[in-house]
Amino acid sequence: MSHSENAAPSNKLVRALIYTVLIFFVIYYLLPLYVMLVNSVKTLEDIRTGNLMALPKLLTFQPWRDAWSNAQIGVEATGLKPYFANSLMIVVPAVALSTITGALNGYVLTKYRFPGADIVFGMLLLSCFIPFQIVLIPAARILGLIGWSGTIQGLILIHFVYGIGFSTLFFRNYYAAFPTELIRAAQIDGASFFQIFRRILLPSSGPIIVVTVIWQFTNQWNDFLFGASFSGYTSTPITVALNNLVNSSTGVKEYNVHFAGAVLAALPTLIVYIVSGRYFVRGLMAGAVKG
Amino acid sequence: MKDTLQNWLPRLVVAPTFLLVVLFVYGFILYTGYLSMTDSRMLPSYGFIGLENYTKLFNLRHWNIALVNLAIFGVLYIGICSALGLFLAILLDQKIRAEGFIRPIYLYPMALSFIVTGTAWKWFLDPGIGLEHTMHVWGWTSFQFNWIKDRDYAIYTVVMAAVWQSSGFVMAMFLAGLRGVDSDIIKAAQIDGASGVTIYRRIIIPLMRPVFLSAFVVLAHLAIKVYDLVIALTGGGPGQATELPATFMYSYTFARNQMGVGASSAIIMLVMVFSIVIPYVYSELRQGQSK
Amino acid sequence: MAFTTALKTTVSALALSAFATTAMAEDVEVLHWWTSGSEAEALGVLKDDLGSKGVGWNDMPVAGGSGVEAMTVLRARVVGGDAPTAAQMLGFDIKDWAESTGQLANLDAVAAEEGWDDVVPAPLQDFSKFDGHWIAAPVNVHSTNWVWINKKALDQAGGKVPESWDELVVVLDKMKENGITPIAHGGQPWQDGTVFEAVVLGMGTDFYNSAIIELDPEALGGPQMVEVFDRMSKLRSYVDDNFSGRDWNLASTMVINGDAGMQFMGDWAKGEFLKAEQVPGEDFVCARFPGTQGEVLFNSDQFVMFDQGDASDAQMLMASAVMDPKFQSAFNIVKGSVPARTDVSGDGFDACGQKGIGDFAEANEAGSLFGSLAHGHAQPTAIKNAFFDVITAQFNGDYDSQTAAEELVNAVEAAK
Repeated sequence: MSHSENAAPSNKLVRALIYTVLIFFVIYYLLPLYVMLVNSVKTLEDIRTGNLMALPKLLTFQPWRDAWSNAQIGVEATGLKPYFANSLMIVVPAVALSTITGALNGYVLTKYRFPGADIVFGMLLLSCFIPFQIVLIPAARILGLIGWSGTIQGLILIHFVYGIGFSTLFFRNYYAAFPTELIRAAQIDGASFFQIFRRILLPSSGPIIVVTVIWQFTNQWNDFLFGASFSGYTSTPITVALNNLVNSSTGVKEYNVHFAGAVLAALPTLIVYIVSGRYFVRGLMAGAVKG
Repeated sequence: MKDTLQNWLPRLVVAPTFLLVVLFVYGFILYTGYLSMTDSRMLPSYGFIGLENYTKLFNLRHWNIALVNLAIFGVLYIGICSALGLFLAILLDQKIRAEGFIRPIYLYPMALSFIVTGTAWKWFLDPGIGLEHTMHVWGWTSFQFNWIKDRDYAIYTVVMAAVWQSSGFVMAMFLAGLRGVDSDIIKAAQIDGASGVTIYRRIIIPLMRPVFLSAFVVLAHLAIKVYDLVIALTGGGPGQATELPATFMYSYTFARNQMGVGASSAIIMLVMVFSIVIPYVYSELRQGQSK
Repeated sequence: MAFTTALKTTVSALALSAFATTAMAEDVEVLHWWTSGSEAEALGVLKDDLGSKGVGWNDMPVAGGSGVEAMTVLRARVVGGDAPTAAQMLGFDIKDWAESTGQLANLDAVAAEEGWDDVVPAPLQDFSKFDGHWIAAPVNVHSTNWVWINKKALDQAGGKVPESWDELVVVLDKMKENGITPIAHGGQPWQDGTVFEAVVLGMGTDFYNSAIIELDPEALGGPQMVEVFDRMSKLRSYVDDNFSGRDWNLASTMVINGDAGMQFMGDWAKGEFLKAEQVPGEDFVCARFPGTQGEVLFNSDQFVMFDQGDASDAQMLMASAVMDPKFQSAFNIVKGSVPARTDVSGDGFDACGQKGIGDFAEANEAGSLFGSLAHGHAQPTAIKNAFFDVITAQFNGDYDSQTAAEELVNAVEAAK
């Protein structure tokens, strides 16, 4: 972080300009969030008559309570609460699984190069980039065959499988920079495959684990397509429930509740980003991007 | 005996996930490829009709609109995101005091799902309630901003929302890249009397090549896959003004009961994605070997 | 004391859960897209009714207008061999599902017992039966060729409900002069299509039949179709610039608030007016689209049962509950539609509802009852969407009327 000290312009005017531009973009990035937040604490009447940017005339948290536990989603007025739990039950294991396998794959693909390793990695990497719509029908068939249609396990499997590619990419790039001599030395000392992984690689994998977890968590939490296609009445994730809430085909649109719901659904990923954003950049630096 | 196990273990570790990916990605692609040559309508059926679906596809005005839109969207989205990301990263790299505060703000949109982003921007851009209305309320009555309702401009609103969502992430990638630049090179240049701008133009930005490449690949595949955003923002409208291949594919496969045509459009999308990504994967592999 | 209470609670909880597991065997999982307040409330009537008969309700809502998303989910579930017990479906979708899966449960037993053949009108039966067997229980009949007019705006524009195209243009011009948006419209393909089919019907029932039902290329590309598109352009000139993507219920709100004069929309729009405490005849007027008096374009929501072994008792019970006259009456009063049975009394329905019931019976007698194109009761999905493509493109100014008519012939041909 020290290299730019001399590149930093000393001119006060230039610095003022830089700050102005940065602040302008702070506003640009915050505006939609502001709109969502401010309208989620207004009364419906206030939204209808007032304007989007104005502060609420009457502050109310009822929309938040409604969105969480009262809003009508389908026939039952359960709010988003149960779906929030479903999402957690799907995403947490799926993230854990795809991160662990990504780490193992990265380890093998960089430190134990076997014939065809490049092809294996190439195929895993390519799988990051397929448009998911094309796998819906065959994936439904497979889930049906193993009896996991409409279940939490089914969704975990799907998220896990389509998360392998990115995890492997992240860990492979990170481990590629890890000195192979250390591994060889440990092997000579008689350490086994898993011992090396656990004792030598894992302890120094902090940054890349953070990147992978953030990436997978965000993608899987925000997934709509798989959730909509493969969930049953006991496994519906929050994005699908939010869509049911926001896009109800008819009736009065309770915008304040919709916005409260949207913020609620986004909360976990937002928190993850805000809390670990710092590590995210550090992790990217360490491997995901080769600078 | 133990040695053989240790030899085979790495492959055994990679094998299960690799097989899963082979089935869930490549197997399904083959299946979709086959579907694209059948007379499937509502559900998969197996009457072989050769390339008829492809001729049908390219005769559809709808599909051509989608391709043109993808070209406009892709170029602008990738171009603006990269430029803005680099620009903001350079500004943030000037020893900004509030960096820890600003960076997460730039980054957080990536945490939101496209559904939420689309809904928020739809509101914000709607002339009746959003920005235009607000300006009118504030007294600037001649202010006009109705791009989202104008079929010639609506595609640009999709670009705006998408750039908002991803540019912070690209910024983070560049920031990571900038932080990785060897400070000795810069010191040497400064001793030679190069100005700050020259150092960036001649030395640092050229060093960012790999970051540009990673950013390009991430953005390009998002551009081709973008689906939820369009659905939430414009629903493909006005008319078909913001239809993209991903929305086209979904609607033909699942809403219009023309699964064969939908499958053929998926294959075309896949060819597009792969023609961008395979050279990248290839270069990743070459780099891996050189290490 | 506290202990005994705790014990009692535990025991009753155990008893309850034991009951719940036995009830599980009788549960129905229902896939539908009725997620809005009033719709869900209407469906709640059905849920409670089944509950009282020991049939549990597992709700599987998938929001999204006219069930596009719901059909995607259904496809994934059926391909996965995990079909829900029952699903809401529209028109040609029922035929398509019956034909391509052969998995829809046969409801003949309950239909025969309750005499559905006698009380469900023939055009509906056409969609509820496949190969002569009952496979669906119709919940309601919607009709799409309605106009909803703000009474005050109408009074200021002469006070007479327009009955022909020319009268309509006069009223619309007056409304424009009076400074309101004459037509509240939402630019979504199905809404464009809803207006389109009413305009086509306004050209005569024969024309609707040959162009929309029989897809006669001469009607599709002929001078009358050019005239239809000219009329669409004319209507477009009365719509505000902010129409694109607007939900239909927001358009209804414009009429309710007096910002707009009228809306062309199916009878579900009435629910919005009633919710805003508007009184038919006093605050708003419901009329048939000018030139389509006594003629009805219909669509009908039905429940199909997926065959899980034989149609189970729970499925039969559910089908029977759907067809219960009391439920049909209660549901349709809330939903704005008309009962699918002809023997349900009009008591409890408001003026518009009673007019709807009357029109439906009359049109059925006179042979001027047709399936709605925009709502999947005239053509299969692929062709319906081919229509939408051209209609929407023309309405947004991509084609002139002549080109649109030519494109319509091509598009329909390509989708066949």
